[in-house]
Amino acid sequence: MNVDSTPGEILLAVDELHGGYGAVEVLRGISLQVRQGEIIALLGSNGAGKSTFINTVCGLLAPGHGRVEWLGRDITRLGSAGIVAQGLIQVPEGRRVFPNLSVLENLILGSYRRGRAARQANLERVLTIFPRLRERSGQSAGTLSGGEQQMLAIGRALMGEPVLLILDEPSLGLAPLIVEEMFGLIAQLNREGLTILLVEQNVAQSLELANRAHVIENGSVVFGGSRAELLATDRLRRAYLGS
Amino acid sequence: MIDSALIGAALWPALVNGLTMGAIYALIALGLTLIYGVLHIINFAHGSLLMVALYAVLVLFERLGIDPYAALVVVVPGMFGIGYVLQRFVINPARHGRDENTLLVTLGLSIVIENLASHFFKTDTRQIETAYTFMMVDLAGAVISMPRLLAFAGALASCLALAVLMRSTDLGRAIRAVAREAQGARVVGIDVDHVFAMSFAIGLACLGAAACFLLPTYYVSPQVGHGFVLIAFTVVVLGGMGSFTGSLVGGLLVGVIESLGGLLLGESLGQIGVFVIFIVILLFRPAGLFGQRT
Ligand SMILES: Nc1ncnc2c1ncn2[C@@H]1O[C@H](COP(=O)(O)OP(=O)(O)O)[C@@H](O)[C@H]1O
Ligand SMILES: [Mg+2]
Repeated sequence: MNVDSTPGEILLAVDELHGGYGAVEVLRGISLQVRQGEIIALLGSNGAGKSTFINTVCGLLAPGHGRVEWLGRDITRLGSAGIVAQGLIQVPEGRRVFPNLSVLENLILGSYRRGRAARQANLERVLTIFPRLRERSGQSAGTLSGGEQQMLAIGRALMGEPVLLILDEPSLGLAPLIVEEMFGLIAQLNREGLTILLVEQNVAQSLELANRAHVIENGSVVFGGSRAELLATDRLRRAYLGS
Repeated sequence: MIDSALIGAALWPALVNGLTMGAIYALIALGLTLIYGVLHIINFAHGSLLMVALYAVLVLFERLGIDPYAALVVVVPGMFGIGYVLQRFVINPARHGRDENTLLVTLGLSIVIENLASHFFKTDTRQIETAYTFMMVDLAGAVISMPRLLAFAGALASCLALAVLMRSTDLGRAIRAVAREAQGARVVGIDVDHVFAMSFAIGLACLGAAACFLLPTYYVSPQVGHGFVLIAFTVVVLGGMGSFTGSLVGGLLVGVIESLGGLLLGESLGQIGVFVIFIVILLFRPAGLFGQRT
């Protein structure tokens, strides 16, 4: 991993973000920053609030108190369409591909809000990264395997020319070999300059990639630091790596 | 013997007549299908809104002398605009996230519209007469009126235009995406409320087009929508809820069956054939002709 010793500029800055579902508060003041060029892992057990956090940052859930800044600009209440237009794009948990549309149409819709001008070039690039999607380009997305759907969800996100790509549990429900492939791809995208926020329960593998990690428990960040620091914290190492 | 020979000779004209009416049914049903497929609501105001469009064509013709076909450029965008505003600012806010509410809103809307129409236009049945109303065309032995032929061509062309819109434009893809995976649509930055409103608007634009093609061969009254909405529902269920191909084929089929039923059973009983076939098809294909079982 060729990490620049000088940290890049701050892309995303979340400050004391609250949020949840109606009266149910899930996020209890989450703060974190993502800098240009890094891979950050967001770890935490099932139900900790990781997806709620991602969806609130991306404008899919209404935020409570707190502030989300993108390149220094307040985007807390911008809404998902406006946030996607900024290049803050997520690959959602459960993939959320359009099952009734063809693979090609799914990819095209990835550039609905952003990246429309270079649609053809980006399409070629994505189909080169994922040759299997090219083979299946005319097939409806609902007929793909889980792994292929995950590739499609990532490809669709890439069509929107992300500046920061958020992946919410991309390894969920996939065979180990495919997971390996997925993590390799994430590393490659990062080497090509893409900043990545990786949400995972697969802690060991994510820590191999990430420069820094945050751990969420019960809607709060209980740890933020480097991989070495996390491994040096006995409680967290035992809780998330089981050793 | 004589009877069957007579019927044989009348078969082709009945078929042609059925197809011309069926194309209009298909166009009306397509609007209903689009709205149902995307918003998952049954638009009970569909018939009344068709009536509104028919009166618009009538008024434009009688007051301003605008030809019904020329009125397309006013009535189609007009209905589109009404649809957008209705969905975005009346139906959606009243929905509060529950489909039953929408049902009541569209039902209430249809009652209000029909009462307004009865107030302004009385309950008379009105027709228009154009220079080409009685112009006849001979299609290999079937003599039909020019406006009917134009209605057939126009309705089919509108269906085709809608199919192209749905297949080959970003808006069409977004509409189909929202229909099945609204959360995924938000993720790629699609404004789902806008797409909902656009779908309703396009559904009503179909009614606008249908009205322009229909009025030269038909009539308008405050209750004119009832018959059409019943048939449109039949077409939608017959073709398969949410299926575009189903609506098109179903519409043509219903038109033909109705026309042949009229030939064999007499005008007043003609529609019985539609409902018999409807029940038979649903017995063997519960999801409709082109519906997907879920
Ligand atoms: N749609 C929802 N409505 C109400 N509560 C929800 C909803 N989705 C998730 N939750 C609750 O919010 C909490 C955090 O869930 P989530 O953010 O999905 O966790 P994670 O992604 O870390 O597994 C959980 O207690 C979960 O039950
Ligand atoms: Mg989650």
